Amino acid sequence: MPVLWLFLIVVALATVGYIVGRSRALSSADGDNRLLHSLPSYYGSNVALMTVVPAMGVLMLWLIIQPFIVEGRVSGTIPDSVIADGSSLSLVMSDVRRVAEGLDVAVAEGALTRDEAASIRTEFTDVRERLGNVGVALGSDVRPEVLRAAQIYRSLSSTGNLIMTAVVLLVAVGGFYYAWNQTHKDFRARNVVEAGIRVLLVGAASIAILTTIGIVLSLIFNTIEFFRIYPASEFFGSLTWSPSFGGGSELGIWPLLWGTFYISLIALLVSVPIGLFAAVYLSEYASKPVRAFAKPMLEVLAGIPTIVYGLFALLTVGPLLLQVFGDDGLGWMQAGTAVMTAGLVMGIMLIPFVSSLSDDIINAVPQAMRDGSYGLGATKSETIKQVILPAALPGIVGAILLAASRAIGETMIVVLGAGAAARLSLNPFDAMTTVTAKIVSQLTGDADFASPEALVAFALGMTLFIITLGLNVFALYIVRKYREQYE
Amino acid sequence: MYDAPHTERDVDQKETKIAARNVQVFYGDTHAIKDVDVDIEDRTVTAFIGPSGCGKSTFLRCLNRMNDTIDVCRVEGEITLDGENIYDRKVDPVQLRAKVGMVFQKPNPFPKSIYDNVAYGPRIHGMAKNKAELDEIVEKSLRRGAIWDEVKDRLDAPGTGLSGGQQQRLCIARAVATEPEVLLMDEPCSALDPIATSQVEELIDELRTTYSVVIVTHSMQQAARVSQKTAFFHLGNLVEYGETGQIFTKPQDPRTESYITGRIG
Repeated sequence: MPVLWLFLIVVALATVGYIVGRSRALSSADGDNRLLHSLPSYYGSNVALMTVVPAMGVLMLWLIIQPFIVEGRVSGTIPDSVIADGSSLSLVMSDVRRVAEGLDVAVAEGALTRDEAASIRTEFTDVRERLGNVGVALGSDVRPEVLRAAQIYRSLSSTGNLIMTAVVLLVAVGGFYYAWNQTHKDFRARNVVEAGIRVLLVGAASIAILTTIGIVLSLIFNTIEFFRIYPASEFFGSLTWSPSFGGGSELGIWPLLWGTFYISLIALLVSVPIGLFAAVYLSEYASKPVRAFAKPMLEVLAGIPTIVYGLFALLTVGPLLLQVFGDDGLGWMQAGTAVMTAGLVMGIMLIPFVSSLSDDIINAVPQAMRDGSYGLGATKSETIKQVILPAALPGIVGAILLAASRAIGETMIVVLGAGAAARLSLNPFDAMTTVTAKIVSQLTGDADFASPEALVAFALGMTLFIITLGLNVFALYIVRKYREQYE
Repeated sequence: MYDAPHTERDVDQKETKIAARNVQVFYGDTHAIKDVDVDIEDRTVTAFIGPSGCGKSTFLRCLNRMNDTIDVCRVEGEITLDGENIYDRKVDPVQLRAKVGMVFQKPNPFPKSIYDNVAYGPRIHGMAKNKAELDEIVEKSLRRGAIWDEVKDRLDAPGTGLSGGQQQRLCIARAVATEPEVLLMDEPCSALDPIATSQVEELIDELRTTYSVVIVTHSMQQAARVSQKTAFFHLGNLVEYGETGQIFTKPQDPRTESYITGRIG
């Protein structure tokens, strides 16, 4: 039974549970609301929660654990002789999964019956061709061991699914019955529902945290894999980035880090003064109607997708700069794509980021500070320069660091605006590229996934992750320190 | 209720420092101050008392045009400082505030060092030729604020790290540093404990020798202790104004009497 159906059945059961629980509670109090410990809806919710939450928990765990068990059992059946030289068990297993999926598709489309799928033999049938007919392309002819393993895989999975359906339904019904049985006018449904809600909230929070851990782990394992086949000393020591997919590439990170740093620097040089001045104007000078109009307008900038900024860089800013600094002008610039182009456009993208955060921080400076300064005969700009900005400085630094980590992680503007050449140069009108842009190009090529040229993307991602994580932690630290000042 | 030894306090006729005539203040549509006429004397402590929301703080803030920073606030009538209308077009409110200093209800030291807090006013008004002179101004102001002995060894420490009473005295020293002629104090002791309050009150009494001090207070004992003249505000009107001893012993207006005996407010 598909998981969706299972889910819907449990939800339907819960709905029934809500109605039944509510009416049972009411009837136990002879229809008098006031005799109940909790409001009637709490009794209903209790039954519904007891039906859904444990059942869904079991379902989720099952879905996570079952593939591991099936995989373990199936890989045990594959003889060592099948694993060819240069191949590995995991490659064979991915073949097995692919064949198993192919058989599923074939059954679903009616090309094979259920029994046929479970019993076909490579000795009598060309499995590759039959699967090809239903749109599942296989790289090579299916070996009998693989087909056998795939069939075991399918039968184990389907048995597992069957047991899962039974267990989940059993748990749901069990929960339903338990809660329904408990429902009585003296039962403290309100407190139990409160605890249930807490479990739901904890679940939501842990999903977010677990995902983060998962992302980091996937980066770490692939990075370790990369450093196993490519020396770390070259990755961090070489000044050349020249991946060649035939092998013998040099994968030094420095040209990419330099490009990232240079473009981010220009972006910050553009966005920090403009954003900060805009924030000062909005929070200190602008009248209410102007502020009500200008602040949303500025924040619209933040809603523009970065690919649109990329187009703006490619089609407008690049050619404009080329006119001034290109061969017809000063002669510093060869093409429209350059560090300057990407940096300027990225700077514009970051303006609302800096201004809106700084605006909040400046507004958080207590009015008493302003009064104190005005009371001493200071003008508005003196007050801002000497009292408000120093008081808000840690927060503003935090805002700038957050903007910096955005700039470092930005990709689309770089791809379209800065070119693709990895080079170490001081000229801001040269084309350069960044870590993120290279991650894209390394992973979208045709490279073998096990080659250093593809795996380097994870090492790059890991480096970037550590840099931005460091910046964010530092920013948070500063923002927190700032908060203590007025408390 | 109050102690009254100050009836015999020195209340010689002194020249008028600030004169208000027919002052009206509006917050949007609300008429907050109605027809206030008052003469504030030089080298005198004048107390404004009255129930919450009676307009005493609002009127105080008119005296150095702090109400200008509030958009919806509108002031009518005439307020003169040494015979010059402070709401005249020619008058720069920023310059005015250097002459009429202000201390606020809650101590509000800037998040800077103690030294920089006091040096703030002198620096923006260019009152010191060099560092030595500035040091001198800072020391003199902190002494006047009766806090020098407590902070002289840690002038570089942040002003926000002081205790509440010390912070308020620091703010007074900061206001004194610009050498104002009038010092306005908006409930300067309401956030302080009794010991700090008595320190600040002593200080106010000393400041009287040089400045005209106007203090808004909710505590009638405090008004009786520190002031020579008292003005009673009620619902935006100045009900009664006179010598402190007289207001507290022989109030003319029944509303004043009700307030000081605790029947209204």
